[in-house]
Amino acid sequence: MNDKKWIIAGIVVFLALFTFPLWYNMGRAAPAPELILTEKAKAARECVMPEKYMRANHMQLLGQWRHAVVRNSKREFVNPEGKVFTMSLSNTCLDCHSNKADFCDKCHNYASVTPYCWDCHLDRSKENE
Amino acid sequence: MNKHYLYALSAVIALFLVAYVGTAVLGLRLIFGVLIPYLAVTVFIVGIVYKIMGWARSAVPFCIPTTCGQQKSLPWIRSNKIDCPSSTGAVIIRMILEVTCFRSLFRNTKMRLEEGNRLTYKWEIWLWVSALAFHYAFLVVIVRHLRLFIEPVPFFVRMLENVDSFFRVEVLYDAFQVGLPGIYLSGLVLLAAVTFLLLRRLVIPQVRYISLAADYFPLFLIFGIAFTGILMRYVTKIDVTAAKTLTMGLVTLHPTVPAGIGGIFYVHLFFVSTLLAYFPFSKLMHAGGVFLSPTRNMTTNSREKRHENPWNYPVPIHTYEEYEDEFREKMVEAGLPVDKPFVKPAEEPADSSAK
Repeated sequence: MNDKKWIIAGIVVFLALFTFPLWYNMGRAAPAPELILTEKAKAARECVMPEKYMRANHMQLLGQWRHAVVRNSKREFVNPEGKVFTMSLSNTCLDCHSNKADFCDKCHNYASVTPYCWDCHLDRSKENE
Repeated sequence: MNKHYLYALSAVIALFLVAYVGTAVLGLRLIFGVLIPYLAVTVFIVGIVYKIMGWARSAVPFCIPTTCGQQKSLPWIRSNKIDCPSSTGAVIIRMILEVTCFRSLFRNTKMRLEEGNRLTYKWEIWLWVSALAFHYAFLVVIVRHLRLFIEPVPFFVRMLENVDSFFRVEVLYDAFQVGLPGIYLSGLVLLAAVTFLLLRRLVIPQVRYISLAADYFPLFLIFGIAFTGILMRYVTKIDVTAAKTLTMGLVTLHPTVPAGIGGIFYVHLFFVSTLLAYFPFSKLMHAGGVFLSPTRNMTTNSREKRHENPWNYPVPIHTYEEYEDEFREKMVEAGLPVDKPFVKPAEEPADSSAK
């Protein structure tokens, strides 16, 4: 009754908080990042696994590769089509995808993911340039 | 056997099937990805404002704050300022502690007969612990999800993510692997707490007896939300960029339905939409109601200040003073004691009816 103004103030605060993403993004175009493939990657056409799998599961695959190499010193990866790859982020993945900034970082930043790959691995492409 | 939880469970299973069949089989991605979320958010906002304004219009006829300590009285009696707040400032402190720490739940006791017929009360902390874990885990999960709704992701969301994924648990085998992407504690705590709260209702006979479908439904629903979320993140995996494209489309009012996200994502979204739409009409409105509960937000000054019932319409009253003014002469004649002495007017005749 007498507290109506406080209740309305509370509702306004709640609505402001709830619609935070709406007004925070206002006037900002936030298109999804597009994957940029290098010429070499385009030429290869296929990654170690199908694209759909790679988009969702690449982190898991990299984790398994690391486990296989570091724990079991197994360095060969055979994909379902029978192709053989060397399990290596620096030498296999980054060989084709030498554009880390465009290929890795864009999506990771977009999805707010900070992978710890680069704590140890070097982004060689910068040196090459 | 209690049929109420079966109703709730079947409702959640039906929701799962509706969303899964609707998107994975029938391909109604626009409906489940755009239309229903927008509808749910609208219902949520309008419903909450409607509900709270309804409460704001309601009268508070009585002064009914709960007193959990000594009321302020004589200066040499120590009063409990927070649990029996006599000033607005103390009420605000009490409310903040109630909302953030659930202090009234902390006082939860368990009553039972021991050694035959000896009645005992025992402090029961687990409801409070799990409720606190549940609500804070849910808060963290919601704030964490802002990463999918804001671009660029603000610093506090990133900070929270870092804290939340503090424990780096990794199990890596070819057949089974967990830990990449990093494990968020909040999701697991949420699932564990909601499971406990659900089991509490199912296992303890007294609590089961007073539980209805409306008690089980949100628990099953939130269990479903947490479960599908954890499933997507750690087991089935989804293309997060595509998911964010959809959510960003929703909040920038340019909805798009990207390809490459599976049925489980839409089930998750549909569960959340259901929760939002269900929220204003359910017990979940305790989120807003706690601020408006008279037992918490009124000052315990019922002895200092008269609480006016807003329903009170002007009632014709006749006080003793007025009564005596009217009948003083007659009372004096009859020998009755009067407060004011009767003075016989000198010139005019006594006009007692004029008062």
